[in-house]
Amino acid sequence: MTITVGIFIPFLAAALIPLVYKRLSNKYIGWLVLIVPLVLFIGLIKYIPLVSSGKQFDHTIPWIPSLGIYFTTYLDGLSLIFGLLITGIGTLVILYSIYYLHEREALGRFYAYLLMFMGAMLGVVFSDNILVLYVFWELTSISSFLLIAFWYHRKQSRYGAQKSILITVSGGVSMLAGFIMLSVMANSFSVRDLLALSGELSDHSLFIPAMILLLLGALTKSAQFPFHIWLPDAMEAPTPVSAYLHSATMVKAGIYLIARFTPVFGGEELWLYIISGVGLLTLLWGSFNAVKQTDLKALLAYSTVSQLGLIMSLIGVGSAALKDLEPIIYTQATFAAMFHLINHSTFKGALFMVVGIVDHNLGTRDIRRLGGLISLMPVSFTIALIGSFSMAGLPPFNGFLSKEMFFEAMLNVRQSDLFSIGSWGVIAPLIAWVASLFTFVYCMIIVFRTFLGKHQHDKIERKVQEGTLGILIAPSVLAILVVGIFFYPNLVGKYLLQPAMISIYPQYSGLDGLTPHITAWHGVNNALLMTISVVILGGLMYKFLRYWQGLYTIPPFRWSIDTLYNSVLVQTENVSSRVTKTYMTGRLRDYLIYIFLFFLITVGGGWLLADGIEINFANDAPISTYELLIILAMMIAGISIIFAKSRITAILLNGVLGYSIAILFVFFRAPDLALTQTVVESVTTALFLLCFYFLPEWKKITSTPPRKTKLLNALIAITIGTVVTIIALIVQGNKMFESIAFYFEDAYRLAGGRNIVNTILGDFRAFDTMLEVVVLFIAGLGVYTLIRLKSEKGDKAVEDQ
Amino acid sequence: METLVTLLIGILVTVAVYLLLSRNLIQFILGTAILSHAVHLLLITMGGLKKGAAPLLGENATSYTDALPHALILTAIVINFAVTAFILVLAYRTYRETKTDDLHVLRGFKHE
Repeated sequence: MTITVGIFIPFLAAALIPLVYKRLSNKYIGWLVLIVPLVLFIGLIKYIPLVSSGKQFDHTIPWIPSLGIYFTTYLDGLSLIFGLLITGIGTLVILYSIYYLHEREALGRFYAYLLMFMGAMLGVVFSDNILVLYVFWELTSISSFLLIAFWYHRKQSRYGAQKSILITVSGGVSMLAGFIMLSVMANSFSVRDLLALSGELSDHSLFIPAMILLLLGALTKSAQFPFHIWLPDAMEAPTPVSAYLHSATMVKAGIYLIARFTPVFGGEELWLYIISGVGLLTLLWGSFNAVKQTDLKALLAYSTVSQLGLIMSLIGVGSAALKDLEPIIYTQATFAAMFHLINHSTFKGALFMVVGIVDHNLGTRDIRRLGGLISLMPVSFTIALIGSFSMAGLPPFNGFLSKEMFFEAMLNVRQSDLFSIGSWGVIAPLIAWVASLFTFVYCMIIVFRTFLGKHQHDKIERKVQEGTLGILIAPSVLAILVVGIFFYPNLVGKYLLQPAMISIYPQYSGLDGLTPHITAWHGVNNALLMTISVVILGGLMYKFLRYWQGLYTIPPFRWSIDTLYNSVLVQTENVSSRVTKTYMTGRLRDYLIYIFLFFLITVGGGWLLADGIEINFANDAPISTYELLIILAMMIAGISIIFAKSRITAILLNGVLGYSIAILFVFFRAPDLALTQTVVESVTTALFLLCFYFLPEWKKITSTPPRKTKLLNALIAITIGTVVTIIALIVQGNKMFESIAFYFEDAYRLAGGRNIVNTILGDFRAFDTMLEVVVLFIAGLGVYTLIRLKSEKGDKAVEDQ
Repeated sequence: METLVTLLIGILVTVAVYLLLSRNLIQFILGTAILSHAVHLLLITMGGLKKGAAPLLGENATSYTDALPHALILTAIVINFAVTAFILVLAYRTYRETKTDDLHVLRGFKHE
């Protein structure tokens, strides 16, 4: 119950912001917002001991029970980690943003979006119903879009926002398709039901398609190769947003999803290969590209891409545990993934915040213009140092622990003989090692290019000073965590990671070693040797960066997926506009032809396809002479309208039609219709005559259309008329349903009237009649306005536009 | 009877479609008016013609004609009137502003 409320608190707060925004000074709004994540965080902390003792919590509100959609929230070890990250980092980010964003910014809008994101993200991790999960998933994409475009006057912001929403939402939609397939297989929308069935689904024909579609959603959201391109452009968002959404939480939703569904798909070979393959490729490509960036935030973006790839590859390897006889080797990979997930949030969050401070105080984050800030910004330097060294995998920081575990897991792939991986197993540790080299290089760039070297006064316009105390609080807290986790890693292991591991591998919950004891020193082994070689070689590479930098200018290293994305976007626009222009001619006649052709194809074609339908004349009523005369007169009048030489003739012929229909209504026992038709026809004819008085003789204006056009028009008209006639005849001969008219014959008792038509209009369908009156009223207003409205002098004529 | 009326409906629809495809504004408006006549006839014919007395309970007849199409048509007639009136005035106004009633010229196309 508390969890359900917890999801809605941020949404509620977001809705309240516009109300208080006007009355409150911009100074205080951030503090007010800060309460929300803080309360949620403390609330979640209280669950830690309960969850780590093996408890799980769920709460259900029926939403659309008839479709099996329940708003069920579910708290276990895995969702708790994410919940804590969302609210914990959220608290720090909002605290940071209070000092980061200027009071003159549209803070109300900013915090409303941020809270909306927070609620949506909590919804993603706590939802048990996959459709509800999907809704929240897309809500995070939307709020991310709004936050990236926060400074919407910038062209780059709009470009980045569009890119992110295009990529993540198309992934999300394919994920929805995967979800629906899963629910078809398991006959349930509940995640827990799916997990309970885990082993039994793999033979289903939809199993592999569902898996790939689900992975598409996860990989786009977590910015994995080749979908990673949206993340660097998302850096146009304000830095608190980058730190929060685009490094700590939203981009980890894909990891959450994959971890969550590991019990379902885990034993599958393809699942392992896709996730670890894409993960390793992303790790390498991200770290390689990060080195060439000159914008600090872009560098951090690529490093996030690469680190997400690292976590992804670990989870992929970890999924093998469900297939193997010795699961512990592989569960350790997942354990490392979860551990690195937490560590990454701490050190990357700190780094983003420091870069934000540099940007905020200096007005630039271009490393070519930075340098020598160590004496001017000592605190920022310390935090950056801690963050970078942790990311590079150096002790005594938490990144060292998880990086070592990562190396070990990758080395285990080489030794394993799973899925007959054979000698290809060498590739995994090799890629890991090469990527770590680049990681080491860009980590050094972040610290040393920014803070060491010579301060370039001439390139910086502002006077440089350390950030204020307030802005430093949040990154300092994260930096302390980075160091703290290194010294007390097993606190995290016992209370956070163990319950999460049990959620991912419920069948191994009793197994010893599912949560290994984390130690910083475990003798000289291969992993440590890898780290040492990375430090030495990475150091050399950093030192001689300018000698091998030329590598980035030659293909295939200078290629980027961005070019592909841009050209696809441009081409799509061009082609679609060209296609549209071919049929959107601007001529009313053409559009009407489309409508008529559609009618012909669907209705007429349907009639041709359906056989066995016959025309039945047996029910026809007899025809009297008068009726025959009237109908013949109408036919003649109708046809003559086409050939009418003057407009008066045409109007009068139309009048003949209208009055004849009134007479027909009398024959057809419809007195009300006859009366109405007579009145309306009189007024209409008068109106026509009145208007025609002002309109030109049509002889003069209408240039006779070419014979061919006329012939085509006639052809279309005749075919439509024929189809309508035939369909009408078929319908008359084949009554499929009983008439419901007898119900209305009880009108006197039900509605107190003897005229059935009147009771239908005034009682049974009174609401309809009321709206009809509204239509009349609107039309009347329109007529009045059009007649009375004086065209203003200097108004542009239509032709000029 | 129904077959005959259906034939009439077919002819009216043909005429209406032909007029709708014309370039002249007034012919177009006439087309909409005739099309709605055809639809009204179609509706009442579908309910069956001359089966029983007029739907007035005071008649004390054994059976009445289907009153539901009547109610629908009544609504349609009124709505149609509103629409026709509006289009007519719109046409009048358009002509006043642009001095043309040719739909092609209105869109900015030159005479072909």
